[in-house]
Amino acid sequence: MAVLEVKNLNKIYEVGLFVRRHIHAVKNVNFTVEKGEIVSLVGESGSGKTTTAKMILRLEKPTSGDIIVEGINVWKDIKNVEDRKNYYRKVHAVFQDPFASYNQFYPIDRILHQALKLIGVDPQNPKSQELIEEALVHVGLEPKNILGKYPHQLSGGEKQRIMIARCWLLKPSLIIADEPVSMIDASSRGGIIKLFERLRDETGTSIIFITHDMGLAYYISNRILIMYLGEIVEEGTPDEIISNPKHFYTKNLIGSIPTLYKKWEDIGELEKRA
Amino acid sequence: MKDTLILSLENVRSYYAKGNYYVKAVDGVSFNIFKGEVVGIVGESGSGKSTLSNVMIMNIKKPLNFIEGKVILNVGANFLELNTLPRQELQKIIWGRETSIVPQSAMNALMPTKKIRDFISDLVKDHFERALNEEEIIERAKQRFTDVGLSPNDIYRYPFELSGGMRQRAVIAMATLLNPRLLICDEPTSALDVANQKLVLKTLEQLRKREIVESIVFITHDIATVRQIATRMVVMYAGKIVENSPVEDIIKDPLHPYSRGLLLSVVTPEPEIKKRGISFIPGTPPDLANPPIGCRFHPRCPYKMDICEKEEPPLKKVDTNREVACFLFNK
Repeated sequence: MAVLEVKNLNKIYEVGLFVRRHIHAVKNVNFTVEKGEIVSLVGESGSGKTTTAKMILRLEKPTSGDIIVEGINVWKDIKNVEDRKNYYRKVHAVFQDPFASYNQFYPIDRILHQALKLIGVDPQNPKSQELIEEALVHVGLEPKNILGKYPHQLSGGEKQRIMIARCWLLKPSLIIADEPVSMIDASSRGGIIKLFERLRDETGTSIIFITHDMGLAYYISNRILIMYLGEIVEEGTPDEIISNPKHFYTKNLIGSIPTLYKKWEDIGELEKRA
Repeated sequence: MKDTLILSLENVRSYYAKGNYYVKAVDGVSFNIFKGEVVGIVGESGSGKSTLSNVMIMNIKKPLNFIEGKVILNVGANFLELNTLPRQELQKIIWGRETSIVPQSAMNALMPTKKIRDFISDLVKDHFERALNEEEIIERAKQRFTDVGLSPNDIYRYPFELSGGMRQRAVIAMATLLNPRLLICDEPTSALDVANQKLVLKTLEQLRKREIVESIVFITHDIATVRQIATRMVVMYAGKIVENSPVEDIIKDPLHPYSRGLLLSVVTPEPEIKKRGISFIPGTPPDLANPPIGCRFHPRCPYKMDICEKEEPPLKKVDTNREVACFLFNK
């Protein structure tokens, strides 16, 4: 059974006070995510990829359509606090800005303790310390250099790793990673990407990877969905997408991304603007 | 004509004064740029790339200090030692005519209430009080706008009427009005989407092909982008050059461990990437106020030897046209 099923999902925003305008941010989106699969949503700003993620995370109510996570209809079956808690045990998010994910007044231990509470482990329990240290080691951090520190004392890469350490504690069935490395230095990006791969391979977690970077999507995904103006316009394995793009938007995108091992053939020509 | 020297830096040191200590942003840098070359300068943030671009045209403003070294520029008839000239002289005879720079985010620094045409006439007034007719320059600007793929009438527009990619090309057109010998671009593609990045790269390639400029220096952290037009790549780390190699060589076989780490952390949609895998450089770049003793990369280097902690590896020729600063190649 699919971990996530999205059926006919729509989101229409109404803007304007006197003159109403409708923005169709997500149009009839359908897709599934299987267990242990990384699916990338690729698209430019405003293509609806983050809105889709927000609806899955229950941060934004869909206008119509269904989101089903492991048999539970996210917007219809979740009624009380207990249901919500259960849901967030299953579905976890890693956001773009590691600086915004932390409360600067508390040491970073707090964010890990919260995760422990969610799975019903008392953070005062000596066993919890073990769990935390194990999770930190999993993401390549030295617990004694991290615990007790405040967010401003850590680098962006370290903060993002701690968010992933939370995933190791919770072992959710689905992670929604919204541009998780776009604010990280290129030289440390590779490390974070590998952590997502390990999560998939070692715990069977499914991941929705939202990015505008086709290179990243190509490297990490099992499947890529291309979003353009709110619709999924193309779907396929990474190799299918880059070797044989079908939609004009995808073709354009693939043709413009600089490649490392091959020099563009058309670099010498400059089209004149009409 | 690959042997005509355009710019030569000899052991240049340029530090930022901060109270009672220095931040060594450019520390002992030597390299040459020849006619027809597009030199890509790559490195992480804080490696001294942008400072180096200012040093190349001797735009030294406090707190930046020029400590020592020589900056030698070909001005046609002879070579000038730029570091001996006063600022006013540089402004009058060098900047804009012999060398030109497109600073980082120049496209976002255009004042929104002024038309592009007014920027051009300000430029003329500020830099070239004599012998330049404004009308003539406007005509020339229109021509140059066409050259970079814009419409000549775009010079009567306000900056906000142009898209990001168009603005960047407009800035490049303005910087090359007087056909400078050397064009220096600092991160010209970083704020643009991929389609516009490609247009800017094509524009630069055109300028060089048609010999409007003789050489280009392209400063960036994005290796895959610069790779498309550069003929040579200079890799900077912590204020020093660690490798200087022709592009095809460095892509195929990076020598310095830092260059290797940098290249292996690039992900592009290419089958080669999946084959070679993806890697990262542990740790963070050093504080340039107090850089590590010995090789500056040794705390992050996977191939560290004893000597690396004590001595600084000099930039040495390892092949006919490759230079690297690493004891692995210094036998």
